[in-house]
Amino acid sequence: MSSTKFILGLFEDPDEMMDGITALQQNSVPIYDVYTPMPIHGIEAKLGIKDSRLGYAAFMFGCLGGTVIFSIIYFAMVHDWPMNIGGKPAFAVPDFIPITFEWTVLYTALGTVATFFFATHLFPGRTPRVMDYRATNDRFVIAIDVKKNNIPHEDINNLLKEAGAVEVKHNDRKYVSYE
Amino acid sequence: MSSHNESIIREPLITGNNITYAQITEDILRPVEKLPGRAWWIGFSVASMGATLWLFAVSYTFWYGIGSWGLNKTVGWAWDITGFVWWVGIGHAGTLISAILLLFRQKWRNSINRSAEAMTIFAVICAASYIVAHMGRPWMAVYSLPLPNQYGSLWVNFNSPLIWDVFAISTYFTVSLVFWYTGLLPDIATIRDRATGLRRKIYSFMSFGWTGSVKTWQRFETVSLILAGISTPLVLSVHSIVSMDFATSLEPGWHTTIFPPYFVAGAIFSGFAMVQTLLLIARKVLGLENYITMFHIEAMNKIIILTGSIVMVAYCTEFFIAYYSQVEYEQYAFINRYFGPYWWASWSMFCCNCIIPQVLWFKKVRTSIAATWFLSIIINIGMWFERFVIIVTSLHRDFLPSSWAMFYPTWIDVSVFVGSIGVFFTLFLLFLRVLPSIAIAEVKLLLKGSSEQEKKKILQSGHIDATQGAFYKDALTKFDAIDIAEYEKV
Repeated sequence: MSSTKFILGLFEDPDEMMDGITALQQNSVPIYDVYTPMPIHGIEAKLGIKDSRLGYAAFMFGCLGGTVIFSIIYFAMVHDWPMNIGGKPAFAVPDFIPITFEWTVLYTALGTVATFFFATHLFPGRTPRVMDYRATNDRFVIAIDVKKNNIPHEDINNLLKEAGAVEVKHNDRKYVSYE
Repeated sequence: MSSHNESIIREPLITGNNITYAQITEDILRPVEKLPGRAWWIGFSVASMGATLWLFAVSYTFWYGIGSWGLNKTVGWAWDITGFVWWVGIGHAGTLISAILLLFRQKWRNSINRSAEAMTIFAVICAASYIVAHMGRPWMAVYSLPLPNQYGSLWVNFNSPLIWDVFAISTYFTVSLVFWYTGLLPDIATIRDRATGLRRKIYSFMSFGWTGSVKTWQRFETVSLILAGISTPLVLSVHSIVSMDFATSLEPGWHTTIFPPYFVAGAIFSGFAMVQTLLLIARKVLGLENYITMFHIEAMNKIIILTGSIVMVAYCTEFFIAYYSQVEYEQYAFINRYFGPYWWASWSMFCCNCIIPQVLWFKKVRTSIAATWFLSIIINIGMWFERFVIIVTSLHRDFLPSSWAMFYPTWIDVSVFVGSIGVFFTLFLLFLRVLPSIAIAEVKLLLKGSSEQEKKKILQSGHIDATQGAFYKDALTKFDAIDIAEYEKV
């Protein structure tokens, strides 16, 4: 049995890569993941990847931020130390709006980005799980986990080549080394 | 999908022949991967001398106190707040480009957003330094935060626009930084995968382990859209709140409801002028003429003429409303502004912001690099004068004629301002050296469809309306990086 773990199809054109995905799917070859130097529109639908739910997180973080700062202002200005400013009410809601808005935005931004980093496992110093160095430059890479299926490697090779892959790699290691 | 053919009448966003994805990476990373040239070193030397001057002047201010500035009991705000508002305003163009143009799906933003956002961050740093410097006792800055303390607790006054400003500027800086850095991740990964040794280690650390998998890109785009969606009202709120520092006072000349939209328009106006000042030089020195094209320059000039005209209408409206209000203090403030002892500052402002930029209505001027750069400097000067005029002319003759005074800057005032420009350029030049000045991944999106070479193929195929083809070729004549002779035969 061969020691190949992953077969990578390297394309230099995103449309040919999409053709490659179609060809693999038509032949029931499961695709592990696709690595590209730029976002490819329409690829999620093709690979059956669900919509991102980050929007819900953003909304909830926004609500949290607005509530937190409004509570702080209410506590400070109305509850803890109300001031008599020309006899006007201490609970001066219009004055509280700008800061409430700012913190709604602040929490949304920080919370959404933190959720994105957490869900995608991005953090400073993380070792990159990259399969090919050129996937961040000029190659559109389809990765196929060949340990998960019994399709002959030659068939996968041919499918990728026919779709226009400029190079097909048979890798024994999953990721490239950064050492 | 990335490959649909764009209408031929749209001008190309990437010029040049034989541009490939690898070529884009190569071109944009050249300043990062190669040692800098002489132009960079000259610029950096001058800028760091300015930064040193800033360090000295701010240290002097802290040591001897605010008395080292030219302020007096009548004019208690002058060059410091002028500089603060000027820098915050400059920052606004970056957010406009990165957020508002993203929401409007303006693809030309892709090649200028990165450097414009960097400009935003550095401009806000300069602005924030003014806030701290003008406190005189900078360690007291902590009292602008609502922290529990031993005086009660004595809280900050949340009714005050000055406190709104603390929250607005800090939020703006944080969100801009997060937006910018998130957008940088894929490009840092590109540098990482091309570098070796220590450089690879550093960029690997900074890349957060970016891989470019499908799910990562999908989330990345969602995050970009959300951040753009919240940054758009944010940027409008920030300069509105800055303007409320003035507008909610009872000072004639400040106490006007027109201030928020007028300040926001002025901010975008001056910000785009600064983007032009920086990018016209950067594209030449870094050899990025194929990515920052004449189309970009002209598009920015169109925004400048629009926002500049809004500012002009605002100046005239203010003047008219002062007359129409029948409030004699308001009327005096405006007569004094344009015909009093500071007439020269007010007319410099009016000429630089309103009259001279009107030449941008001419296409010849809009598409001339020299003229655009010259105008961008004029606008930067004019917008500095605008803030100076609003602040000082309103203050120097207040309700009590016995305390009327003039403001004269000291050399420390001047040094803090000139120095802050040095700080700004030092940071910007360092940015050009270590990070890609153009969003590589986003520019790659434009290659199929919006590039000159693709459009040339469409032209050569001959399956287009002849008038549209002629229109397109006519549009190309303004591009400085395109040799129009190539299109004779096509």
